[in-house]
Amino acid sequence: MITIRDVEHVALLARLELNEEEKKTYARQLNAILEYAGMLNELDTADVPPTAHVLPLQNVFREDRVGAHMPPEEVLANAPEREDRYFKVPKIM
Amino acid sequence: MADYETIIGLEVHVELKTNSKIFCPSTTEFGAGPNTHVCPVCLGLPGTLPVLNKKVLAYAIKAALALNCQIAEYSKFDRKNYYYPDLPKNYQISQYDLPIAEHGHLDIEVDGREKRIGITRLHMEEDAGKLVHQGNITTSPYSLVDYNRTGVPLIEIVSEPDMRSPEEARAYLDKLKAIIAYTGVSDCKMEEGSLRCDANISVRPRGTKEFGTKSEIKNMNSFRALQRALAYEVERQIAVLEDGGRIVQETRTWDEARGETRSMRSKEEAHDYRYFPEPDLVPLVIDRQWVEEIRATLPELPDQRRQRYMRLYDLPSYDAAVLTSSLEMAEYYEACVAMYPNAKAVSNWMMGDLSRLLNAANMDITACRVRPDNLTGMLKLIDQGTISGKIAKTVFEEMFNTGKDAAQVVKEKGLVQISDAGAITAVIDQVLAGNPKVVEDYRAGKDKALGFLVGQVMKTTRGKANPELVNKLLREKLQA
Repeated sequence: MITIRDVEHVALLARLELNEEEKKTYARQLNAILEYAGMLNELDTADVPPTAHVLPLQNVFREDRVGAHMPPEEVLANAPEREDRYFKVPKIM
Repeated sequence: MADYETIIGLEVHVELKTNSKIFCPSTTEFGAGPNTHVCPVCLGLPGTLPVLNKKVLAYAIKAALALNCQIAEYSKFDRKNYYYPDLPKNYQISQYDLPIAEHGHLDIEVDGREKRIGITRLHMEEDAGKLVHQGNITTSPYSLVDYNRTGVPLIEIVSEPDMRSPEEARAYLDKLKAIIAYTGVSDCKMEEGSLRCDANISVRPRGTKEFGTKSEIKNMNSFRALQRALAYEVERQIAVLEDGGRIVQETRTWDEARGETRSMRSKEEAHDYRYFPEPDLVPLVIDRQWVEEIRATLPELPDQRRQRYMRLYDLPSYDAAVLTSSLEMAEYYEACVAMYPNAKAVSNWMMGDLSRLLNAANMDITACRVRPDNLTGMLKLIDQGTISGKIAKTVFEEMFNTGKDAAQVVKEKGLVQISDAGAITAVIDQVLAGNPKVVEDYRAGKDKALGFLVGQVMKTTRGKANPELVNKLLREKLQA
C-alpha cells in the first residue's frame, strides 16, 4: 500500500514538487498500478529460476574503438541553461 | 581514556586505460574542451542503448585476478538511481548483487609485520561527469557540468574492514596501486583522478566484538591526505565517545587546507539508490577458458618481483619491497643492473640519494633527469677511483638538477679524486704540522684522533682526496 509518505519520499528523490492534491492523486494511481501488477503474484513460480533479463541473449560486446563525437552546439542544444560550453545547473554542494 | 581499536575499510575507484568509454565509442582522452568527448549514449539521450566495451571486461578480470579474486560465472549490470547533475541519465550503470569478481586479498607489511587484507568485491561501473565552479564552491551561485568523463570505465574495489590503523590503510592503498599499475590496466594516478579512494572508518573499545558506527570519508586526493584524514577521524570519533556522545553514521569530506573532516549531511534523505537490473544490457556469462587466457597475460606482480630481487640480487626484504613498490621504480632498477654488476650499490643509491631528491622535488622517477645509464656511469667512476663515494653525492645532486652526465659534472667542477700519493702526502704533512696536539693524542693510543686527521686532509682537499689512500698514508706517517 503506497502512502502519502511514500509519494513524498519518491517525489523528493525525483526532485518533484507536488501539492497536496497531487500527492493524493499519485498515491491512488500508484496503488492502482501496483494492484494491477500484483496479479503476477498469482502465478506459481516455484519452478522458474530467477532472471535479471527477459532476452535470451548474453555477452553482447563492442570492440574498444573510438567513434564520432557530437558537435558541441548539438550537445548543448537542449541545455535548459548554459555558460560557454558547459551545462549550467543549480549549485550542487 | 579507554583503549580504542580502529576499523577501516576502503573503497577504491580505478579508471581503466581503454581508448573508448565503457558503453559507447566516445574517447576517454583527458583534457579536451568541455563537452567535446560525448555522444548520444553517454549523454543519456532518449532512444540510445549502451553496449559493453569488451576490453573493460577483460581489464576488470585481469585486475581481479591480480588481486586473487574469484571471477563470477554469471554477472550483470544494475542501475543505481540518484539525482545528481554529474550523471545525465539520473542513474549510474554499476553492478550490485552480481559483481564480476569477489573474495580476493592482498598482503601488506607495516612495521615489519605482514598482514592479509581481504577484498570483498570488484565491480565495473561508469564514471560521472565533472562539476566546475566559478570561483569558490561555497559562494558560486551555480554549477557548470562537463560530461567528458561520463562513461569512462571504472572498477571499484571494496576491501573488507580489515585495516586497524591509518598506516595499514595507506599500505593497502600503496599495494593496491602497485598491483593494478603492474597489470597495466590503469595509470593509477591519484593526482590526476585515475585512482580515487573513500574510506569507511569506526572505532570501538578494544576487546569488543561489535563494530562501532562508521563514517564515510571522501575527498582524500593523495596518499598523504588519506593518512591524515583517517588519523584525524580516529581522534574525532574517540573524542565524541569519551564525551559521552554518539557517532552519527554520515558522509564526511576531508578539508585538506584545514586538516579536518566535515559533515556533508544535508536535508536530503538517506541514500535510496533503488538498484534494479539494467534492462539495456544483457547478462555476462564468463567463459572459463577466456579467464585462463587472461590469467596467462598477468605480468610478474610486486610480491613476486620482490622475491626475485631478494633471490637474484641478494637484497634485504625491505630494499626489495621499496624497489618493487612501483613498476617505474622496478624498471629503472633493472635497467641499471643490466648495465652495472653491483646490484646492491644501485639499490643503495636509489633508496638513498635518488629517493631523497625525488621526494624533495615531489617528482616521479619517470621525470627524473638522472637516467639509468647516468647513474651507472657515476658508479663506474667511483669504482675506477675517479671520484670518491663522498664526492659522488655532490656529483649526483648536480646530475639530478642539470641532467648532465657524471663524467661531465666531474670535469666541469674539477671533482676528480686525488689519488696521487705525492700530492696527498704533501697535504698530510701540512695537516700534521698544524695539529701537533692531535698527533700526540694518537701516539698516546687515542685511535679517534686518526679520524680527525683524516677529516682535516679531506677538508683541505675539498673532499677530493682518495679516502683509502689518505688513511693508508696517514697511518704510515704516524707510525714512522
